[in-house]
Amino acid sequence: MKEKSVLEMRGICKSFPGVRALHDVDFTLCEGEIHALMGENGAGKSTLIKVLTGVYEKDEGEIFLKGLDKAAVIRSPQDAQKLGISTVYQEITLCPNLSVAENMYIGRDGQKGVSWKKMNADAEKILKTLDIPAKASRQLSNYSIAIQQMVAIARAVDMDCKVLILDEPTSSLDEQEVEKLFGLMRDLRAKGVGIIFVTHFLDQVYEVCDKITVLRDGGLVGEYEIADLPRVKLVSKMLGKELDDMSDIKTDSVVYEGADKDAKVFVAEGLQSNAGIKPFDFYIKKGEVNGFTGLLGSGRSECVRAIFGADPVIAGSLKKNGKHIKIKKPIDAMKQGIAYLPEDRKVDGIVGDLSVRDNIILAEQVLKGFFHPYSKAEAKKLAEEYIKLLEIKTASADTPIKSLSGGNQQKVILARWLLTHPEYLILDEPTRGIDVGTKIEIQKLVLKLASEGMSVTFISSETDEMIRTCSRLIVMRDRRVVGELGSDELTQNKIMSTIAGGEHDAK
Amino acid sequence: MKKKVVASLLTVAMAATMIVGCGSQADTADAPADDAAATDDAAADDAAADDAAADDAATDDAAADDAAASGDLITVGIINNDPNESGYRTANDKDLKDFFTEENGYQASFAYSLKNDEQIAAAQKFITDGVDYLLLSAADTAGWDSVLQDAQDAGTRVILFDRTIDAPEDLYEASIVSDMDKEGQTAVDWLASQNLDEYNIIHIQGVMGSAAQKGRSGALDEKVAAESNWNIVTQQTAEWNAEKAQQIVQSVIDSGKSFNVIYAENDDMAKGAVAALDKANISHGVDGDVIIMGFDCNKWALQELLDGNWNYDGQCNPFQAAYIDGIIKTIESGSEVSEKVVIMDEKGFDASTITQEDVDTYGI
Amino acid sequence: MQNNKKSAGAFFSGLVKQQIFIPLAALLILALFNLIMDPSFFKITLGYNSVGDPVLNGYLVTILDYGSELAILAIGMTLVTAASGGQDISVGATIAIAGSVILRMLCGGQTTTDHYCVPLIVAFLVAVVASMAFGAFNGVLVAYFRIQPMIATLILFTAGRSIAAWINNNELPIVNVNSFGYFGGYIPGVPIPTPFFIAVLCVVVIALVMKFTNLKLYTQAVGINESSSRLNGLNPEFIKLISFVILGICVAVVGLIKVSRLSTINYSVIAKDIEMDAILAVALGGNALGGGKFNIWASILGAYVIQFLTTTLYKFEVQSDALPAYKAVVVIVLVVLSAPVVREKLAGLGKKMKSKEVA
Repeated sequence: MKEKSVLEMRGICKSFPGVRALHDVDFTLCEGEIHALMGENGAGKSTLIKVLTGVYEKDEGEIFLKGLDKAAVIRSPQDAQKLGISTVYQEITLCPNLSVAENMYIGRDGQKGVSWKKMNADAEKILKTLDIPAKASRQLSNYSIAIQQMVAIARAVDMDCKVLILDEPTSSLDEQEVEKLFGLMRDLRAKGVGIIFVTHFLDQVYEVCDKITVLRDGGLVGEYEIADLPRVKLVSKMLGKELDDMSDIKTDSVVYEGADKDAKVFVAEGLQSNAGIKPFDFYIKKGEVNGFTGLLGSGRSECVRAIFGADPVIAGSLKKNGKHIKIKKPIDAMKQGIAYLPEDRKVDGIVGDLSVRDNIILAEQVLKGFFHPYSKAEAKKLAEEYIKLLEIKTASADTPIKSLSGGNQQKVILARWLLTHPEYLILDEPTRGIDVGTKIEIQKLVLKLASEGMSVTFISSETDEMIRTCSRLIVMRDRRVVGELGSDELTQNKIMSTIAGGEHDAK
Repeated sequence: MKKKVVASLLTVAMAATMIVGCGSQADTADAPADDAAATDDAAADDAAADDAAADDAATDDAAADDAAASGDLITVGIINNDPNESGYRTANDKDLKDFFTEENGYQASFAYSLKNDEQIAAAQKFITDGVDYLLLSAADTAGWDSVLQDAQDAGTRVILFDRTIDAPEDLYEASIVSDMDKEGQTAVDWLASQNLDEYNIIHIQGVMGSAAQKGRSGALDEKVAAESNWNIVTQQTAEWNAEKAQQIVQSVIDSGKSFNVIYAENDDMAKGAVAALDKANISHGVDGDVIIMGFDCNKWALQELLDGNWNYDGQCNPFQAAYIDGIIKTIESGSEVSEKVVIMDEKGFDASTITQEDVDTYGI
Repeated sequence: MQNNKKSAGAFFSGLVKQQIFIPLAALLILALFNLIMDPSFFKITLGYNSVGDPVLNGYLVTILDYGSELAILAIGMTLVTAASGGQDISVGATIAIAGSVILRMLCGGQTTTDHYCVPLIVAFLVAVVASMAFGAFNGVLVAYFRIQPMIATLILFTAGRSIAAWINNNELPIVNVNSFGYFGGYIPGVPIPTPFFIAVLCVVVIALVMKFTNLKLYTQAVGINESSSRLNGLNPEFIKLISFVILGICVAVVGLIKVSRLSTINYSVIAKDIEMDAILAVALGGNALGGGKFNIWASILGAYVIQFLTTTLYKFEVQSDALPAYKAVVVIVLVVLSAPVVREKLAGLGKKMKSKEVA
């Protein structure tokens, strides 16, 4: 082992039935460094992490840890924990109905009998040093996902880890929270902890990381100092091809030029759902791409859910092409030609155990009605058509959707809604947790659909993505619409200041 | 959380209304059964006439009328098993309901359960209410000592019917029971009197451990052990269930073993057994290849006897009200009850001698 | 799939992954056991019943006869399980109700009858409507009040038999009409037990329903992800309700068979514990009891396997009150077998066989 390294993985191989997930991968982590592990979905990042934490058993290869003179044996997450390897996953793996302190101390070794008082006091101390705004004795489910995430980190940190793995910890955090997390990571780095950081956010990589290791298709592409690898190069390494200039996709694309391009297709007046948003007005024109922007929890999703009838509407009216329509349930919206790709893919999007085929045809099938099922052949044909169209990577149309990578799952959901040939497509965070390549594909697709006359609402946490795709932005703060920005006003600065409030606050 | 609480409250509420609903339904259902009551009274009187206490019962009718006229009713709390349990229990409950009426000088309250603890709770309530007599058919033999002690302290007299319990004799006035051993013995004696060369018996038992099963199995087991030409082909419990009995007999038929007697410990199971025989074209009943024996004397079962499809049916007398009344009258008149344990008269019917009158009189 | 046929090992590992593997393997084990212990188990003879009609006799016929009741229930239970992620434990009690309704209609309130007071089909249809209503009652509790299925159906489980008794004023009506016995027995001239034909009919109906409607897709989608189903325009509550109503229809059919077998009813014991066998059939079919994907054919096969087990135990004169203990063993084996770890090991075994063949 090298002098300063805390972890070395050599020649790791891992196969699943039909898939070679990792092939001869090396990875080195030094003391006091933040090391980004990058790659598209399906590149092997998660598998590598799971091999390291003992969730999967590796087929070949060796793992060395500082302080051990021979290769480490990691057969279970407990083994990994004992060796000082801690992980915080993208999804919260804590128990929401236990208290914060209980969550921090549950399942640790060497505990005989518990002093609740001491446990609470200890937990309180750690939370304080890490500046986490949570009370040790309160139930975890009282806190936002962001805070729950931080509790998970606090738990890992307190377990005296040498290697801390953060697997997509920032996907559900807003910017302030991300900053706080980065502060925490830098502190830990100063203390000599080696941190493996898995993320999709390129900005974040360049903000905190020291080194980058890139994986592609289960193999190692290389390890780089952050200074030696500019963004564009990183992306091209991840994709394995030279990248077009991403920032300019909008200017290349064709805009919808039909005679009815200024017709307002859907108009909402004083719409309000029971999800806690203030009444809002909204319209969308034919062939237009607009977006809702704002911080997490500002009510972006709730607005589009109200339009789709996903949350019960309690006030306001909705017009389609000037005529009043009633939308009480999602099916009513679907019949009016509205499609909605939900924010939370796992909970609201995929039907996990069903095949890709069934997932693709689901919405259209429901529209066709209970007594008019597609035949197997028809369903297969449709599914394969869209698998091809969207380049969905799946073994076959019969594969259960849950075994696909996140990006491909998202494409399946997108296929599901495209199959219904909607007039109005609502995409709520379609690119969250998805690799860069797919992101750009989706953005391009959105612009193409709009150019063909489809109206699209596009919601994303990444403002640069919004700027690239939308021609109009509705800005939200504290569950109310606070402004609207036309295409000539769409700059990062302007959006930020509108979100934050101040001189650009229109209302 | 809130949703869950509301949901569970709703469940409880609905369950409660269901139960209340059923209770009242059951009551109203019994009300129009008056026409049937006439025959039952007759049956009860018949049974009573055979008994030593008959004189009391006869004279007491007048006394009861007096009591009713003066408004001085004897209060009784009756704890019974669920009337839906069996035809026997239905008849038993009806008999009690028809007898303990205001016309006869009684004010009766009823409680039903198949569970001992619920019965004990009901008993405590009756004692608190201050009933004069507690009539009890216990679900279980054990666990009654303390509540009966309470009854004695409160001056409530206890009469057991149908089932005995494991408690000191001085805690109750009397116990009116069927002698299940005797029922079994009567049946086995009858079977022995058929003088077959060989007895190959399918023995279908009731729920194992119940008093009826023990008594009815005991006599047969003894006989089989004693006689070399008595064999058990199979001995299985069908838990009073006709369908299970049918499957058990079907299984024996499928196996090709030969048999000439089916000794089923209740009528339902005998019926199930016969259904299996019919399917395999094995003749049964009078002049048939297989002797069919049942217990409980359901009306339909006695009809089968009359038609010659079955051979024997043993009675398990459910008409206990007249016996109980006799004892209450004895106590009320200040005399001592002579026998702690009153065993009811029980008959066994033979297909060759049964009459339509027997069917009407003894069928339940 | 074509590759799977290349070698026994590959075929085996492919088969292990199929859902129908579990009931098939269980059936095979039971059949082997009987073959070794006593091959006469498989003997079928043609005889005549007491009315003089030809009937087939033998253990296999008995399995076909009683297993058919379970198979019919397994259809409904599979749908309920898939949609609601729970089980209906009131099946036995609602069979009592359905049977009671049929007898009440046929006897017209009398205790015994030698002719149908209303046409049999009317009596049956009234029973179907009643069963569907009770199914809907369960369904409403589960779907709209969000009560756990086992808890919701506990109400009818407790009260059902009393309701059944109340329908007939606590009487035990007897129908003395020959043709009434056909449904649980034999149709004159046909030596195969009628319940089997009824089961086949039910299977055909459900197969047609699944072919010409979206019942399967909707049920699975709701069972797997209710929230997503709603956003795709489905009405999850209604689909759960429907599954209970369909089970109600199955219950009425079995109720008819049950009361036909003996031409009468015993409220406290008719179809006792049958819900446990039906649930076991669903589990034996390899369906997740937590809902979601299902394979109705595997459940139906599972139903016959359960009856195979029951009949085998009767043959070996196992005390019938000990049967539940044996079934418990089956449940344990089943749970172990369906655990992913064991499945993987079995698939691995297949792979090893394959590699040996290659070598």
